[in-house]
Amino acid sequence: MAVPSADARAATLTPAVQAAGVKVALGGTQILHGVAISCAPGEVVAIMGGNGSGKSTLVRTLVGAIPHSSGDIHIFGETPTRPTMARVGYVPQRTSAASGVSATAREVVMSGLLGGGHLRAPRDARTRAEATLAHMGIGNLAGKDVAQLSGGQQQRVLIARALVRNPDLLILDEPMAGVDVPSQEALAHTLAERKQAGTAIVIVLHELGALAPLIEHAVVLENGCVTHVGEPPHDLGVHALPGHDHLHPHDDPRDGEPGLSWEVTS
Amino acid sequence: MSLLADPLVQRMLLVALLVGLAAPIVGTYLVQRRMALLGDGIGHVALAGVAAGWLAGSLAGFEQRDALAIPGAIVFAILAAAVIERMRSHGTTGADVVMAILFYGGIAVGVLLIGAAGGTNANLLGYLFGSISTVSWTDVWITVGLAIVILAVGIGLRQALFAVTHDQEFAFSIGLPVRVLNMVVAVLAAVTITVAMRVVGVLLVSALMILPVAIAQLLTRSFAHTMWLAMGIGAALCVTGVGITLEHNLQPGALIVVLGVGLFLLVSIVTALVRRRSRRSTAVTAVAS
Repeated sequence: MAVPSADARAATLTPAVQAAGVKVALGGTQILHGVAISCAPGEVVAIMGGNGSGKSTLVRTLVGAIPHSSGDIHIFGETPTRPTMARVGYVPQRTSAASGVSATAREVVMSGLLGGGHLRAPRDARTRAEATLAHMGIGNLAGKDVAQLSGGQQQRVLIARALVRNPDLLILDEPMAGVDVPSQEALAHTLAERKQAGTAIVIVLHELGALAPLIEHAVVLENGCVTHVGEPPHDLGVHALPGHDHLHPHDDPRDGEPGLSWEVTS
Repeated sequence: MSLLADPLVQRMLLVALLVGLAAPIVGTYLVQRRMALLGDGIGHVALAGVAAGWLAGSLAGFEQRDALAIPGAIVFAILAAAVIERMRSHGTTGADVVMAILFYGGIAVGVLLIGAAGGTNANLLGYLFGSISTVSWTDVWITVGLAIVILAVGIGLRQALFAVTHDQEFAFSIGLPVRVLNMVVAVLAAVTITVAMRVVGVLLVSALMILPVAIAQLLTRSFAHTMWLAMGIGAALCVTGVGITLEHNLQPGALIVVLGVGLFLLVSIVTALVRRRSRRSTAVTAVAS
């Protein structure tokens, strides 16, 4: 592929995630039409594309929150099981940060220490949660209600919840959306650290932005199909991709329907 | 003090205490999931279970015709909770309409069945509005048993149930048994409703699960504190309500709910005033400095 050094490294390692021919239908509508993606340890792969292209559906399927009708998904070379998922850290879209009853940032991060057969967090969960929040630069907010935090702070809480698991595979869905610049910088720094440590990172992005230097591969989706695999467009985001130079994936507030918000601008 | 020596009074207060402690546990998870009205729905279906149990009891020729009323309610409530949970987790279209039909159907079937069993609608009144003043030692032991189950599961699995009700997608990703845990919440809700039905009746049962949580929410920031405080508030409301009715001729279920609504309003006003005052004093300090 486009970056030989990364490919050479990837060839020697079992991919953290490898999926092929993944098809997903939701409510009778086919959302993904046979999508493939692979990410090796130490690699950062961006999933890009416009609204309604199937980016979020793909990552939700990878983590097992949505069933797929056909295709194969392997996490660390195995069909996903509860023990395999213990090695995965997932950061969903920020809409899920707050819910009906208030919860502190510490409680939310502690919930990241469950799973893989454990219904209770370990004894040192509180200390680990606070240390992870501190590492994300929001240690002072541990006892605050997450619903009262800013968008960027909430995002950092959700990332801390994934990182407290010390994952070997990190999957993030639009972590930069609606996030202030300091939080974006903190996130870019954290992801660079994790990449260095050999974590595989799959990240859904609208634009490369502050993360551009980290990303080696991009998978571009359009209407549930992969339209581009390879080197990401470093300067101009998704606009610079072959066949995409006339399209701008902007949210149009007048048009809430996903998939119809691409504008022809040239 | 002599009142407390009366075994009936002891039974009433014990049942009130247990129900007051147990109901807000499930209520916390339901509010967390924004399903505060689930209890109402299950309660309606439980009424059909009461009548079905009554019918079964009279067909079997039991001397005490309502002997199977509570077991009937438990079975119907668990079935209703399981059906509603399945529809919710599958995102069934029109699930709200199906739920509505289930709720009306529950009351209507209940009324018809109680008639078929040779009873009258008056027999149902005790279940609609509660009948704590007729509580027997058998009722007390059933309540103790079920309350222990609710407390053990609701508190013991708190972290996992929090994870699932707070963010289901994340819970899937970390390999929690999401479907099983969702069903645990639904079944706990059903069991709580049948237990609390005795104190406040099916029409007000949901209030006992939700009001203490709504009040606690005004005072705490953490999920765990909300649950503990709601349990304390629930117990205090139930015991106070039942205690007052020992001296005054009032309906205990209704009184408990009115006390809860009153406390909610009081705490809302006080917390709003305190917040406004602290904002003002911060502003004054800022201007002065």
